[in-house]
Amino acid sequence: MEMPIPDPAILARKSRVVERLSAVLPRDAVISDLSETRAYECDALTAYRCPPMVAVLPSSTAEVSDVLRICHEEGVPVVPRGSGTSLAGGALPTADSVILGVARMNDVLETDYPNRTIRVQTGRTNLSVTGAVEENGFFYAPDPSSQLACAIAGNIAMNSGGAHCLKYGVTTNNLMGVTMVMMDGEVVEIGGAHMDSGGLDLLGLICGSEGQLGVVTEATLRILPKPEGARPVLMGFDDNEVAGACVSDIIKAGVLPVAIEFMDRPCIEATEAFAQAGYPMCEALLIVEVEGSEAEIDHQLALIMEIARRHNPVELRESKSADESARIWLGRKSAFGAMGQINDYMCLDGTIPVSELPFVLRRIGEMSEKFGLKVGNVFHAGDGNMHPLILFDANKPGDLELCEEFGAEILKLCVEAGGCLTGEHGVGIEKRDLMNYQYAPEDLEAQMAVKDVFDPQWLLNPAKVFPLASSEARRALSVAAE
Amino acid sequence: MRPDSEAALAEMIRSADGPLAIRGGGTRGFSTGGTVLETGGLSGVSLYEPGALTLVAGAGTPLSEIEAVLAAENQRLAFEPMDHRGVMGTTGEPTLGGVMAANVSGPRRIQGGAARDYALGVRFVDGAGTIVSNGGRVMKNVTGYDLVKLMCGAYGTLGVLTEVSLKVLPVPETSGTLMLRDLTAQDAVEVMSRALGSPWEITGASHCAKIIDDRPVTALRVEGFEDSVNYRLQQLKTLFADRGVDMEIAPQDMSDWFWDGVRNAGKFSEAEGDVWRVSCKPSDGPGLDAAAGAEECFTDWGGGLIWFRMAPGTDLRARLGSFDGHATLVRASEETRATPGVFQPEAPGVARLSAGLRARFDPRGILNRGLMGPVMAGEPA
Ligand SMILES: Cc1cc2nc3c(=O)[nH]c(=O)nc-3n(C[C@H](O)[C@H](O)[C@H](O)COP(=O)(O)OP(=O)(O)OC[C@H]3O[C@@H](n4cnc5c(N)ncnc54)[C@H](O)[C@@H]3O)c2cc1C
Repeated sequence: MEMPIPDPAILARKSRVVERLSAVLPRDAVISDLSETRAYECDALTAYRCPPMVAVLPSSTAEVSDVLRICHEEGVPVVPRGSGTSLAGGALPTADSVILGVARMNDVLETDYPNRTIRVQTGRTNLSVTGAVEENGFFYAPDPSSQLACAIAGNIAMNSGGAHCLKYGVTTNNLMGVTMVMMDGEVVEIGGAHMDSGGLDLLGLICGSEGQLGVVTEATLRILPKPEGARPVLMGFDDNEVAGACVSDIIKAGVLPVAIEFMDRPCIEATEAFAQAGYPMCEALLIVEVEGSEAEIDHQLALIMEIARRHNPVELRESKSADESARIWLGRKSAFGAMGQINDYMCLDGTIPVSELPFVLRRIGEMSEKFGLKVGNVFHAGDGNMHPLILFDANKPGDLELCEEFGAEILKLCVEAGGCLTGEHGVGIEKRDLMNYQYAPEDLEAQMAVKDVFDPQWLLNPAKVFPLASSEARRALSVAAE
Repeated sequence: MRPDSEAALAEMIRSADGPLAIRGGGTRGFSTGGTVLETGGLSGVSLYEPGALTLVAGAGTPLSEIEAVLAAENQRLAFEPMDHRGVMGTTGEPTLGGVMAANVSGPRRIQGGAARDYALGVRFVDGAGTIVSNGGRVMKNVTGYDLVKLMCGAYGTLGVLTEVSLKVLPVPETSGTLMLRDLTAQDAVEVMSRALGSPWEITGASHCAKIIDDRPVTALRVEGFEDSVNYRLQQLKTLFADRGVDMEIAPQDMSDWFWDGVRNAGKFSEAEGDVWRVSCKPSDGPGLDAAAGAEECFTDWGGGLIWFRMAPGTDLRARLGSFDGHATLVRASEETRATPGVFQPEAPGVARLSAGLRARFDPRGILNRGLMGPVMAGEPA
């Protein structure tokens, strides 16, 4: 993956930049020694690494504002960072950049149960938001698998999803307001504890903008009352197509499950070997979970199983207890770990129209033969968000490149099938150069125009999201303006 | 002007030499001045997959047509868009483009989200005549910036929508409404907050001071399978037994009538005066209510949305002062619309961003000029 060449003029200003930053931040909040900046050299896309010039860890919106003002004056690119769990290289530094980490900003500022909101600093981890309101029977709905580690900051930047988003939506549907610091240090308040925007929906624009429009320091989030209970049913089919038809029938029937998860044979085999969850050996496995009171759950599961029976499942296992639920989820939850046990893997994230599932799985199978790399598919089937896991050997020369090529082919396939490159992980550097497959030049131009308005000099996370060639003229401007 | 294709629309905008007033069904009664540009030629459902809960249609498609197509599969637009005709005294057919451009959302917004939460993709022509596509037709999509949200609620000022893809939902088996009587505004907000903080999944929470027999009604709606609806209504009754007020499960026709009225601000159709829509933090509602000195008001969204009917010409914003939220002027004379303005003025930093976006997407300032923000200096008259 190509990154812009670091600007020697900026590197030459390093000591002055460090000095100025040190004047506005506590001593331990400015990291400039190579042995320490290495801690920030990558996110969860570990194939790409580059230590930043400096990393800073401010503790307040005011400190973030000072940092950005200084970087703006010095013409230094800034890469915002939450917990560094991005799978797309969204938080990958360049050698001439300042990493602005919000990890120290993790306070709960206000919990408001009557109005069902919580206000937090964005360095707070996703799970600990729920942790703060759980005792009172509430939760924060978006639940990425990385929720123990990832921060609300990254969730907002990537518009992250989770296993339960079929019912509760993704980050953008649960975000009510933000405090954001613009690249020149100006602090803006957008949205709040009220429900809709009074003018242009800037909040909707900021969510999912991958740290390119401003640094989000505080957020007001919607919290929801916990359901009375939840239970899944597991079903196995000997044909992908039949499993796909079953999903579509469940959705049409008016049951709204909280999750419909799909695993294909390679994935089932791997997880069985790893976790022994007792899954049936078949072509396609579905886990469908519903919520409500015991009686409501029984009723919905009965309806779902009736639909499933019409598709001749090879296995149909309704959970009757918390224990059985845990066993049903065990395999799905260990899927990534299981694949990782076999080999290194790359996790993709395209979305397709649910109706295209059989076609796309068949094509992925064919490509797998052609590239000689194994793939397992885990899939949020209710909303078409696929996670093909391509296995490769990082120690084998050329394997990573081959894997990336294969991955790109799968994502192009998703677009061809009427879907998109990324459903929840974001573009980052990983899918940056594939954007041309999904969008025409005018479409990308419209998006870049937004960045021009928020960050005219293109200093915030500049080499992400847009193909380098498309953004080149704008990034060059920032250099010329120095 | 009434283009019959996206390409024709793009050409018209490119060659326009003055402001354009974009009109879907014209049910909102906006008149921004300039040549009227009708979207009715960009009509029709081009894709509908009930099993994937997705529908794609032209922006000029009448909402009634979309609702009929969905109803045939027992599905619906879950965000319950308002029909403005009654309250605005307009005729015409609301269009999909109009609903999305104004992010029109009804009572179910508190549980299921607003129109913008159901928009999966848009195509539009910006003020320079460039055709732009964003989002798509799949339910999860974070590829690039979310211009879909930006266009929902831009009231056409950043571009003319030509096509929208939507997430739709099945119609639940049934619905039911619990009505509590004679609560004060303060008690009503508490009741609604408590209900919305319970696991019973309320899909409508509204309080009207005088609606049935001239007595206040606080209504809580649940939807789903019949047994579940009955179960949850009983649970709610138990929850509020300690309030000591009359409570009844409304007959279906009364429930339907009530929610229709809330959705369409039906109460204000016949009555004179300006109509304002205030979005706020529910617990601030009673205070705002007192400050407004309205002729009449009712709340939706558990108290997060207040509809006020005011004496003509009143500047409600001046009365409310600053609060977490905003006030939008929905119905008024031309003069009143011109002075307090339709939209709440934004804080300077936000206003600058909004103005910057308008300047980029509509450099000549010709799309619904002046509707959302001041006309910028240098724009041709
Ligand atoms: C094992 C694993 C499982 C995962 N599962 C899921 C999943 O189920 N669903 C899902 O959606 N994702 C998932 N992810 C991806 C990742 O966890 C999410 O993208 C997450 O939101 C990133 O959060 P973070 O705090 O780690 O952000 P980072 O990785 O630090 O940064 C992500 C992006 O946010 C920007 N950013 C960070 N802080 C700010 C700020 N304050 N202001 C503005 N921009 C900022 C960065 O510049 C970068 O572009 C998974 C990742 C892993 C490793």
